[in-house]
Amino acid sequence: MAGNRAAVLGTGQTKHVAKREDVSIAGLVREAADRALEDAGLSYADIDAVVIGKAPDMFEGVMMPELYLAEALGAIGKPMIRVHTAGSVGGSTAIVATHLVQAGVHERVLTVAFEKQSESNAMWALSIKIPFSQPLVAGAGGYFAPIIRGYIRKSDAPLDTGFQVALKDRLNALKNPYAHLHQPDISYEQIAESPLLWDPIRYAETCPSSDGAAAMVIGSEAAADASERPVAWIHGTAVRSEPTMGAGRDRVNPHAGRDCAKAVYAEAGITDPFREIDCAEIYVPFSWFEPMWLENLGFAAEGAGWKLVQDGVTAIDGDLPINMSGGVLSSNPIGASGMLRFLEAANQVRGTAGDHQVANASRALGHAYGGGSQFFAMWVVGAEKR
Amino acid sequence: MSDPVTGIITPIRLDYTYTPGTSPSAFLRGMKDGKILGRRCPSCGKVYVPPRGGCPMCGVEFAEEVQVSDSGTLVTFAVVNVNFANRVIDLPYVSGEVLFDGADTTSMVLVQGIAADEVRMGMRVTAHWLPREEWDFTFANIDYVEPTGEPDADYASYKEHV
Amino acid sequence: MRDVAVVSFAQSATRRDQTRNEVEILLPVLREAMEPTGLTTQDMGFTCSGSSDYLAGQAFAFVSALDAVGPWPPIQESHVEMDGAWALYEAWVRLQHGDIDTALVYAFGKSSPGDVGRVLSMQLDPYVVAPLWPDAVSLAALQARSWLEAGHSEKDLARVVARSRRNALGNPHAQLSGDVDEEALLDEPLYADPLRKHDCPPISDGAAVVVLAAGDRARELCDRPAWIRGIDHRIDVQALGSRDLTTSASTRLAGQRAGVRDIDLAELHAPFSHQELIVAESLGLEESRTTINPSGGALASNPVMVAGLVRIGEAARRISAGEGDRAVAHATSGPALQQNLVCVLEGT
Repeated sequence: MAGNRAAVLGTGQTKHVAKREDVSIAGLVREAADRALEDAGLSYADIDAVVIGKAPDMFEGVMMPELYLAEALGAIGKPMIRVHTAGSVGGSTAIVATHLVQAGVHERVLTVAFEKQSESNAMWALSIKIPFSQPLVAGAGGYFAPIIRGYIRKSDAPLDTGFQVALKDRLNALKNPYAHLHQPDISYEQIAESPLLWDPIRYAETCPSSDGAAAMVIGSEAAADASERPVAWIHGTAVRSEPTMGAGRDRVNPHAGRDCAKAVYAEAGITDPFREIDCAEIYVPFSWFEPMWLENLGFAAEGAGWKLVQDGVTAIDGDLPINMSGGVLSSNPIGASGMLRFLEAANQVRGTAGDHQVANASRALGHAYGGGSQFFAMWVVGAEKR
Repeated sequence: MSDPVTGIITPIRLDYTYTPGTSPSAFLRGMKDGKILGRRCPSCGKVYVPPRGGCPMCGVEFAEEVQVSDSGTLVTFAVVNVNFANRVIDLPYVSGEVLFDGADTTSMVLVQGIAADEVRMGMRVTAHWLPREEWDFTFANIDYVEPTGEPDADYASYKEHV
Repeated sequence: MRDVAVVSFAQSATRRDQTRNEVEILLPVLREAMEPTGLTTQDMGFTCSGSSDYLAGQAFAFVSALDAVGPWPPIQESHVEMDGAWALYEAWVRLQHGDIDTALVYAFGKSSPGDVGRVLSMQLDPYVVAPLWPDAVSLAALQARSWLEAGHSEKDLARVVARSRRNALGNPHAQLSGDVDEEALLDEPLYADPLRKHDCPPISDGAAVVVLAAGDRARELCDRPAWIRGIDHRIDVQALGSRDLTTSASTRLAGQRAGVRDIDLAELHAPFSHQELIVAESLGLEESRTTINPSGGALASNPVMVAGLVRIGEAARRISAGEGDRAVAHATSGPALQQNLVCVLEGT
């Protein structure tokens, strides 16, 4: 992709919890935005436009919340866009913001993603009984569990692969002060013995429901060069979508995901992702998605993703650390989760990831997906200008 | 001075009148008649159950109506330990993705008549309908599917639907 | 900036549709828009749509609509939960990169399933305003009252409505059209004082599609592309008591940034009659120089989430047909003209 260079100048997020009773929706997003600006060494006056993203409006009971939030985000008199691409929204929001800078339309864009799902009822919103539609039989996990079963069948993966992922992510979360779930006593046994919800998914292998917000300031090359703070150069972005219900869709290893990965690697000049990417933050809401996405992203051959998990390759001290922040399994403000992946990848190459920093991370991948494994958004960020 | 307000509860009620659409309506009328009616895409030839308006792979309107069997193959499934089915049902229960014979897309249906730990991918199943007098314009006329007892379908025959 | 133009536009009829769902409404419109280009949706470099879950009464409403595009093999696609005019803006930005030459923009929405005026109350501050359920018509009436008391006349409202209905006679997609007498309009009973029923938009269901192309590609696909010479959008503070409702500051600013001048025709997204005058004034349009809403505008047909994109399409279509050389299209979002997008189109 042509276009000008763009970089992440600063990031901010809130401490993710089940219910933020101390802030309104505006307060929540403002907190993340304030932190991103502070991290970037900038003020609201330096921002040219705001791009905000979140999942369905019914999660909070506010229609088109950018209208209500414009003032809180310093957007009065500025352009403001609200992106909605289901679960991948946090990622695609960051990408829209990046495009505005790469196109030369703006110098500095504030991008925010959030969910304050305790305000409404996300479970209700996800399962509204629409007349004439197929009756819901088993909820969200019930949609993904059969797909996971399909993966296990196709790959012959050991049945405790999911437990390994959940353990790793929850241990990583202990190093991330913003993560929702901090379980210092978490153990393999605890996970393996937790209740089976939708076989093969156990309770401890599922993501929490969180209130949270994430924000970044994306700037032009000039803005990045002028900054005294560490920046993350955006080497590539890509989005791909496919239908929900298509005869012949591969939901275990989706075509759109594979295409998206190929596109983002091509733009970033990556030919061997396993070697050239130092770490990745990928969207894993149920543990088994880690081995599935490792294959979809080309880090492992089809059917071999589980080996990387079992061999400890994806541990924080492994060859390809995955979800050093604890990932979606440890924090899931739905609309923000995608942006958190992009944000955490950026922090890795900026060297600002604190206790969950991968040493010398120079290139990282941020990944988000949504819908029935049909919407994908990815970016590659690097410490070096490219 | 009293404690600050930390939240208010605002009930929201919005009423909507849904229009299912032309091919979904035909499907629902079919269900009322005890038939599963899919539509075939004139471009790729696949049969969609239920049809939603057009073929999502080709972006083309459906035309030909195709009745599919109410027996099929259990392509994949989940054993569920959380009651989501909006009905009183013993846990664990099985929710399955069934490829009805003649269809190219799967439908999610409850699986009954077999212990949860004996359910297998590839199992041949058939629909158990509610009593005819309870039929309405809904897929829920099919209460559940149960095993037919036939030999399991070959993995290769349904692998692409997993 | 790379030159980007509208090369094709199509829209559906907009009467309440109790037979077809959104996918079924969208499919023929997509076909109609693609046909003159000789391309398929698969050929488009990027696709972007606009719609609203709350309008549909369903979370993820845009997901099933994507079926209409036939995104297989997978496509580069995104969505804004806003009027399609903003989806067009995102597509315009995307085209600036130079790696793709065409973009497909679509919008859809059915206002008839819910009580759209009430649904729109959900856009307001959820803590202190929305619980009062101020519906869209009441808020518009509040703005109209301020506007009248600032020294305007309800005769101006009647003039806007009469012109809308008359222009709509030439628009096969319009819902409300006819030759109406301005005096007779003023004799109608008040509906939401000071607005009468005809000062408010009809309830419409519909979809619209615009195809964008860049540079030489646009010239290949269309004899006289409508070039986007300027496009900008701005947002005002939402609270009605915090801004001057008798003018639209965000429209003015967006218009300046988009380069509004020497305009032959203007398509202004004004669902309420007084809003057409506010927007026209904010853009500095002179009625003697500029034909306003030749399509009949949103007063004649108002598919929510679509009407803004339709304004761009209608303006572009007329430019391509040689009805003018320079046009402005405007789209609005939020209560009482809170957020506004302005697009300047040129034929040469």
